[in-house]
Amino acid sequence: MVAVRQSTVLQAPIATVWRILRDFNSHRLWHPAIAASEIEDGAAADAVGAVRCFRLQDGGLLREQLLSLSDSTYTLTYCLLEAPVPLLDYVATIRLRPVTDTDATFWEWHSTFAPPAQRREEMIRLVTEQIYQAGFAALRQYLAAPISPPTPAPAPTPVSDPTPQPAPVVSPAASVNQNRTAVLTPAIVVSAYGGPEVMQLQQIKVPAPGPGQVQIRQSFIGVNFIDVYCRNGHFNLLNPPGIPGMEAAGTITALGPGVSGLSVGERVAYACAPVGAYTGLRNMSPDLLVKLPPDISEETAAAVLLKGVTASFLLHEVHTVRQGDTVLLYAAAGGVGQLLLQWLVQLEAQVIAVVSTPEKADIARRLGAAAVILHTREAVADRVMELTGGQGVTVAYDAVGASTFADSLEALAPRGHLVSYGEASGPIGPQDISRFSARSITLSRPNYSHYTDTPAQLATQTNRLFAMLRNGAIRLAPPRHYALSEAAQAHADLEGRRTTGSVLLLP
Amino acid sequence: MAKVFVSSVIPAPAAEVWAVIRDFNGLPAWTPFVAESRIEHNAAPDKVGCIRNFRLRDGGVIRERLLALSDYDMSCTYSILESPMGVENYIATLALIPITDGNRTFAQWSAEFEAPPEREAALVQQIGGGVFGAAFESLKQRFAR
Repeated sequence: MVAVRQSTVLQAPIATVWRILRDFNSHRLWHPAIAASEIEDGAAADAVGAVRCFRLQDGGLLREQLLSLSDSTYTLTYCLLEAPVPLLDYVATIRLRPVTDTDATFWEWHSTFAPPAQRREEMIRLVTEQIYQAGFAALRQYLAAPISPPTPAPAPTPVSDPTPQPAPVVSPAASVNQNRTAVLTPAIVVSAYGGPEVMQLQQIKVPAPGPGQVQIRQSFIGVNFIDVYCRNGHFNLLNPPGIPGMEAAGTITALGPGVSGLSVGERVAYACAPVGAYTGLRNMSPDLLVKLPPDISEETAAAVLLKGVTASFLLHEVHTVRQGDTVLLYAAAGGVGQLLLQWLVQLEAQVIAVVSTPEKADIARRLGAAAVILHTREAVADRVMELTGGQGVTVAYDAVGASTFADSLEALAPRGHLVSYGEASGPIGPQDISRFSARSITLSRPNYSHYTDTPAQLATQTNRLFAMLRNGAIRLAPPRHYALSEAAQAHADLEGRRTTGSVLLLP
Repeated sequence: MAKVFVSSVIPAPAAEVWAVIRDFNGLPAWTPFVAESRIEHNAAPDKVGCIRNFRLRDGGVIRERLLALSDYDMSCTYSILESPMGVENYIATLALIPITDGNRTFAQWSAEFEAPPEREAALVQQIGGGVFGAAFESLKQRFAR
């Protein structure tokens, strides 16, 4: 957690300054970074709990919520709900105090937040200089402007129009185009949480890449089950209207100011938040991109990056699998499961695969599983003990969750490790850990971002993955292609379990 | 309950201003109206609970007890035990806050006290302007640059 604190003195009475700052919707009038602002759902701008939605001059979208407002101490506190930059857990306070001897105003602006380690200095600088110091200068200028009356605060949020304004369905970037060339591109927009039908093809405007951004013309977009969760609201990574998708590959077409180490024409891919991949053109931060080696195609990268990086850190960092280890692997014929299985075979581990159907059992055997358990017909833990001569397994990889957690624990050897990396069947819920001591069990619940959130970490994972692809240890089933306009069908097929292997959208 | 609040901007970094302010025995050094000061029982001037006993240039004697001292908040709170002003339950706080823009200091001095109603306005005027305001003026000149 870092803290940023900035303060200044404005030559204006505190009542004048407070009238402007207490209006949670006033930034558009005076802050240079803000192009547009509105209070969501028709709330009053001084209603505690109100959410303001900013469009930044560079096209980004920012949502902030008013947490407290005090006219007696001239203080307001707010937090960030959504931003184009990783200002995690950002909570800020503005406080004014009167300077009585000159009838001026002392203005403090401070915040705490948790930036990713490798962007710490950048985020501190952004908040200190571009938000706070720039804000001080801008309000000073606004107060001094001869055309602005001494009480220039806008009227409170109109109560005459209480119906929530439907947010524009185009990308937030679309309405902001400050003297830069924006380009039209097709994109899939989720209009509201719901089934596949809430995804519509639209033409959106993508602005020229801003400072520290590059623009990518995407050739293949990976479709993952997490996209379904974003679309139906199970995860709140996407706030409608918005563009889903976390994985794609393509070619860099433009560089924003201040970008180094990348050039136009380079082939790149990514697999990470924020959402927004279902589009022809996209602006991204270079830190999130993986440069593709010449022998890795864009199609392969879009099909395998998210799942392959997951397999890499699960097998090498969350648990370091060694030759001869016995490994219990659930959903071995699924997307990540097939990668894990092939990778485990390459590591010379003995894999006991768990699947639901005879067809999937065939896939698991073909990919090299030493034994296969059909959980629909057999008791998993009992069968594992039979297969291991009562020893149990060294490590269990379980993304099924609620319905398999107990079996996974049962199947472990003493000092065994349960790696729980998903909860497809439902949340596991609270657990009594005292029973873990019966076998000195270790439990891991890894998060993708913590194994990929520095360029060095990400490179470690992708280099491992590319090596496994290169030496043929991992073979991919041919990805299934859909046009971008058929994204709804792709989701329906994925949810209906009618796909095997990766699903790609082609813009 | 009467209240006084006075604030100012001192043209020096907060740490430098605080070094002057935090000395509970240092009023003669930075205020224009204190002739001499001592801490009773030879206590350290940053010992919370110590009593400063000072004489004004006009001859009056005031005794004040240090109630709180914070190097973290740069604030100092004290009460009046004895004075010629005729106030009761007087508690005051002097606090500094850094102004990052220009590396200056915001200084605020507040007090609450009880006094006969007919004297309240005059006392607020006297304490706010004659004491706190005058002290800030002298502090500003000390650090003028």
